Amino acid sequence: MAVQKIPLAKALNESLRKALETDPKVVVMGLDVGKLGGVFRITDGLQKDFGEERVIDTPLAESGIVGTAIGLALRGYRPVVEIQFDGFVFPAYDQIVTQLAKMRARSLGAVKVPVVIRIPYGGGIGAVEHHSESPESLFAHVAGLKVVTPATPSDGYWMLQQAIQSDDPVIFFEPKRRYWDKGEVDTEAIPGELHQARVAREGTDLTLVAYGPMVKTCLEAAAAAAEEGRSIEVVDLRSISPIDFDTLQASVEKTRRLVVVHEAPVFFGSGAEIAARITERCFYHLEAPVLRVGGYHAPYPPARLEEEYLPGLDRVLDAVDRALAY
Amino acid sequence: MTVDSTAARQPRRSSGTSTSGTKAAAGGAAKRAARAKKPRSSDSEPPLVQLLTPEGERVQHPDYDVDLTPEELRGLYRDMVMTRRFDGEATALQRQGELGLWASLLGQEAAQIGSGRALRDDDYVFPTYREHAVAWCRGVDPTNLLGMFRGVNNGGWDPNSNNFHLYTIVLGSQTLHATGYAMGVAKDGADSAVIAYFGDGASSQGDVNESFVFSAVYNAPVVFFCQNNQWAISEPTEKQTRVPLYQRAQGFGFPGVRVDGNDVLACLAVTRWALERARRGEGPTLIEAFTYRMAAHTTSDDPTRYRHDEERAAWEAKDPILRLRRHLEAQGHADAAWFEELEAESEALGKHVREVVRAMPVPEHMAMFDNVYADGHALVDEERAEFAAYQASFANGEGE
Repeated sequence: MAVQKIPLAKALNESLRKALETDPKVVVMGLDVGKLGGVFRITDGLQKDFGEERVIDTPLAESGIVGTAIGLALRGYRPVVEIQFDGFVFPAYDQIVTQLAKMRARSLGAVKVPVVIRIPYGGGIGAVEHHSESPESLFAHVAGLKVVTPATPSDGYWMLQQAIQSDDPVIFFEPKRRYWDKGEVDTEAIPGELHQARVAREGTDLTLVAYGPMVKTCLEAAAAAAEEGRSIEVVDLRSISPIDFDTLQASVEKTRRLVVVHEAPVFFGSGAEIAARITERCFYHLEAPVLRVGGYHAPYPPARLEEEYLPGLDRVLDAVDRALAY
Repeated sequence: MTVDSTAARQPRRSSGTSTSGTKAAAGGAAKRAARAKKPRSSDSEPPLVQLLTPEGERVQHPDYDVDLTPEELRGLYRDMVMTRRFDGEATALQRQGELGLWASLLGQEAAQIGSGRALRDDDYVFPTYREHAVAWCRGVDPTNLLGMFRGVNNGGWDPNSNNFHLYTIVLGSQTLHATGYAMGVAKDGADSAVIAYFGDGASSQGDVNESFVFSAVYNAPVVFFCQNNQWAISEPTEKQTRVPLYQRAQGFGFPGVRVDGNDVLACLAVTRWALERARRGEGPTLIEAFTYRMAAHTTSDDPTRYRHDEERAAWEAKDPILRLRRHLEAQGHADAAWFEELEAESEALGKHVREVVRAMPVPEHMAMFDNVYADGHALVDEERAEFAAYQASFANGEGE
């Protein structure tokens, strides 16, 4: 069956399986990715079918995982690294920023380092500290890296295929609280371009732009607003580096209002970049300043407070109201 | 602050005679003076593998040996002379403003030539930023090494042309790349080996220790070649470790060997042995080449602020080139004419390097946007176009 209704986690698993089947140079590596199948089971069954040489349980050292993945890539492999949780990527941050991102340019194009780093990110699952963060801006700021994040099972399947096929390093953020959300995946479809945004819902009064876990929240907000007679467009960015500003600009020129939504702290977040660029591009179209909804400038709070910290339906609608009031 | 620091600095100028200052400063001075009097590779240091004494006498070691023809011995000597001359030229070019910076290898020629000449063509090298003599062994055009120090690129060679990776400036990162590369070699079923260079300072880095863990666990065919040149800029090895560095390997589960880093024959023998272990699937080896950084850390450094001339003088007596010359002369393997010819050849290299460096073109402005990505990136394209338009606006202005 080419079309299946499966959860995001299963779509990612199928995508990795497909990559391991089609390209002998693809290797999966990380903590507990073997017998356990990863703490979220994204690599479930892969070691059993592809062996310990292709699906590699690594020592518990994130810099070591990414550093050796770079070496494997220089040897001609395509490593797909799993970082267990968002808050655990920082021991590898030096290897990612200083080595992985810059190596192609330093070599004047002589080498490529096609490493994919999968990171389950974001909150909403009641986890302990360091398991709910959204560090995408810290990677999008770095030239040489590409940063993408799927919001649906179909995008999970196809974007991971495309990230693995890319000759560039890709940071692949997986919205962990959406792992169990089901959607249709057509494994024989012709996928869209990896870095192209998607209009997830059409509307005329205001554009909500989001990515990853917040796309669902924004769709719910748009549905709620529709009951009040407001037509909200939702754009799923899909790619955070590069950002498809053309699609976003076309939407804003139509709706004349933009609210950016992400879980990451607003301060220096991707919303700041989007607001600045859209203001430059759409200055004479805008009826209101670009508003942002996101996390606060405080460490991610204990789980019992996360519903207050995260942008939920009401906070998104509050921003929609404020933007429409101009 | 000024009084104390003056007192603390005094012993460097007049060794051993602590004079003025506070009691604490005088005590520190006495300690420093004592350390300077004790040669740092004294009898208290563990034994090291040596095949050629500083006097040029060939000695035997129970575990390591090399059997070289006179021509091969002359070849090693030539390598060291040529790379020292190249290094000296680069230092001079920095002083003349032609290079922004230079990291001299002076004193470390034997460690680099010995290990570099142990490699096969299909082996792969992951250097720091000081492996100029290893690059020489790999056939990298020496002038290519100068591009990054002149500021015209960040690494001017194709790593795969000579299996010599780009220089890595952030300390220790490359040991993980070497380990990953070696894991790939093993996966490919090849019998090549990989060598990772680093220093005593980098031995403290997490990445170096993680590379030891990974290479041991995966039994990767990699040789860790640590040039312990005694100084991480101003910090002596005692600030990095409480045990001799080679002994660390044991805790990770593979052998470690300390070799006389100023003995090109011993470095060659021990590295060959370690590479063969890797090829046979016996996993990683740590080699600690015990040597000395005769020059400053870089041309921006001032070693007179932290070390004594006596220490340098003690190491000068163990010079790697001098001892091989003594050996060649004593054995009658080379005559005065040969040495003169080599001298002329090295001078020609210096002249060539000077000419090439001075003629090195500054890259086109637009080059900074090149190769940021392999598959392109919309923002880079946009900024490139913006910058081109900005540049063009000046050209238009002139025409009006």
